[in-house]
Amino acid sequence: MTKWLEDHLPKVVLAPSFIAVLIFVYGFIGWTAWVSLTRSKLLPKYDIHGFIQYERLFAAPRWDVAMNNLFIFGALFIVISMILGLLLAILLDQNIRTEGAIRTIYLYPMALSMIVTGTAWKWILNPGLGIEATVKGWGFESFTFDWLVNPNMAIYTIVIAAIWQSSGFVMALFLAGLRSVDTEIIRAAQVDGIPTWRVYTAIIIPSMAPIFLSAFIVLSHLAIKSFDLVIALTGGGPGFASDLPATYMYAMAFSRGDIGQAASSAMIMMAVVFTIVVPYLYSELRAKND
Amino acid sequence: MKNYVFGAVSAVALMSANVVVAEPKAEVLHWWTSGGEARSVAVLQQEFADNGGTWTDMPVAGGGGDAAMSALRARVLAGNAPTAVQLKGPAIQEWYEEGVLADISAVAEAEGWADVLPASIAGHMQCEGSWCAAPVNVHRVDWIWANADVLEANGIAMPTTWDEFNAAAEKLQGAGIIPLAHGGQAWQDATVFEAVALGILGADGFRKAFVELDEATLTSDAMKSVFDQMRTLRGFVDPNFPGRDWNLATAMVMNGEAAFQIMGDWAKGEFLAAGKAPGEDFLCASVPGEGFLYNVDSFAMFDVDGEDNQAGQALLAKLIVGQSFQKVFNLNKGSIPARVDVALDEFDSCAHLSAEDMAASSEGGSLLPSYAHGMALRGAQSGAITDVVTSHFNSDMSSDEAVQQLATAIANSL
Repeated sequence: MTKWLEDHLPKVVLAPSFIAVLIFVYGFIGWTAWVSLTRSKLLPKYDIHGFIQYERLFAAPRWDVAMNNLFIFGALFIVISMILGLLLAILLDQNIRTEGAIRTIYLYPMALSMIVTGTAWKWILNPGLGIEATVKGWGFESFTFDWLVNPNMAIYTIVIAAIWQSSGFVMALFLAGLRSVDTEIIRAAQVDGIPTWRVYTAIIIPSMAPIFLSAFIVLSHLAIKSFDLVIALTGGGPGFASDLPATYMYAMAFSRGDIGQAASSAMIMMAVVFTIVVPYLYSELRAKND
Repeated sequence: MKNYVFGAVSAVALMSANVVVAEPKAEVLHWWTSGGEARSVAVLQQEFADNGGTWTDMPVAGGGGDAAMSALRARVLAGNAPTAVQLKGPAIQEWYEEGVLADISAVAEAEGWADVLPASIAGHMQCEGSWCAAPVNVHRVDWIWANADVLEANGIAMPTTWDEFNAAAEKLQGAGIIPLAHGGQAWQDATVFEAVALGILGADGFRKAFVELDEATLTSDAMKSVFDQMRTLRGFVDPNFPGRDWNLATAMVMNGEAAFQIMGDWAKGEFLAAGKAPGEDFLCASVPGEGFLYNVDSFAMFDVDGEDNQAGQALLAKLIVGQSFQKVFNLNKGSIPARVDVALDEFDSCAHLSAEDMAASSEGGSLLPSYAHGMALRGAQSGAITDVVTSHFNSDMSSDEAVQQLATAIANSL
């Protein structure tokens, strides 16, 4: 008996979570895929009608806006967060005295929920209350900063708030990466009289490639599932100018009673995630086999 | 009291067919959770308890009913539907088609609902000929609210045509007052849009466009001028409008920052709550054009098991359409009773105007369902129209392009 337990304990312990994941993740992915092929309206139905929901989805201008916004938001958010995070990490890595305090300050936005971030930035960016009103109050009457209410610029306010929230976290990731670089190599470079910026660009940053990859994966899935920030900051507006796929899916599933349409948009979102994650998994697995 | 209770219970019991004695029970799903609304629903709860019933309250706040609908979906899928659910318009028919609604014709016929409800409103409460829902109130959507002092100071009368409105608005703009208080949320854009459409298309055109989804009307020149007027209105709105809640826009009219607001009569509740008097501090009028757009709240009755639940359902239906509840509830809520035979002595002048117009338009065939508030079309279609309206209002899209998009969006949503 003890022998059996010894052999099977890991499997027994893991089984419940394995089964739960199998049902609640993969099972429901399958269910959503099925529903996305039906004409489900208010309640899910199971008669397959082909790809009608996908045709409707790609014909909807609102979905186009949402996908474009995802690419704008995703690209800017990931790139700027990584650059800012890396810069902050390098600056913090110069053996400064109050490093602990500063690190906490930069990391703190991560502790806020997206709803709080969104609401605070909504007030800061509101032309009648926030930055624009303040600067005008100082006497610069011609100053305008109306991105929040400008349909062409609204998506960028979401980028700003999201970067504010996440760059501290990216900084922490990079800081850990910087600390893990072998100090012997750096010392050797210093002895050889190589300038500091060359040490960073030629030695430290290239050796942090895995950190870049994890930061990218974390940030990109944050970008794709972004929902609460949009709802709190712009509500998808003005009009639907700052809609993202997640808010589109919510509107279809819960406001419009169009479950088939919501399911098809969810499948497309998953496809986007897969195009990012699968190459990553592939490279990871291959690295282990080598 | 005890005898009375017993009497009421057995009367209801008799109605709900071969039930002998069962204590009425009802579980009611609704999203009336804010101050005035919660008070209004408490009235019903009290009356239900006075008649010997046990009320299980199931308020689900948030998302303008979206959260409640998710809760309802989960309950129905689990085979455990609430007794009554706050539902309205075509959503009632949609749920009926899922085969989960009850038949309350017995109560409706005993109470003579067909005689006291306007025909077009009664139509929403019937599912293929049988009654399946009970109406609570009638909100009028096509109202225009104005600050009386601002209009007087600028020598402006309440406009009766859109041209008059535009002229008045330009004058106000010259005087440094925001002509139109508006909140840039999709449903508010749609509310203004349908008010403009009713004025320009007329009652028949409105019905063709937003009830029958007639493509010729949707792409007609009249529809283009509706979008033109929307573009003109866009110029009368302050730049800071996106995302603003409707009650903040009402407050702008209240404190004289803005002159007009186009909004349903829930705005009246805001004025009254701030201690403003209709006719003196603020003015109400229907928007330019003939007709009456209604938004009727109602309770749909779901199929439930058990005699006590069925008795509760029948009692609830009877009370909802009863004279006393219709009066007290609507005094609290700012709307008017759905049944036409309630004495309106305690109601204010705006409610009187609303009731008169409802009676007149019901006879003239211009009593129409509001599309923006989910009375005329199903979610997918009304959502498709709103997408176009809000995207036109918030960009520099031309009216020609807007009507084209309207036709495509509707075809795509079916």
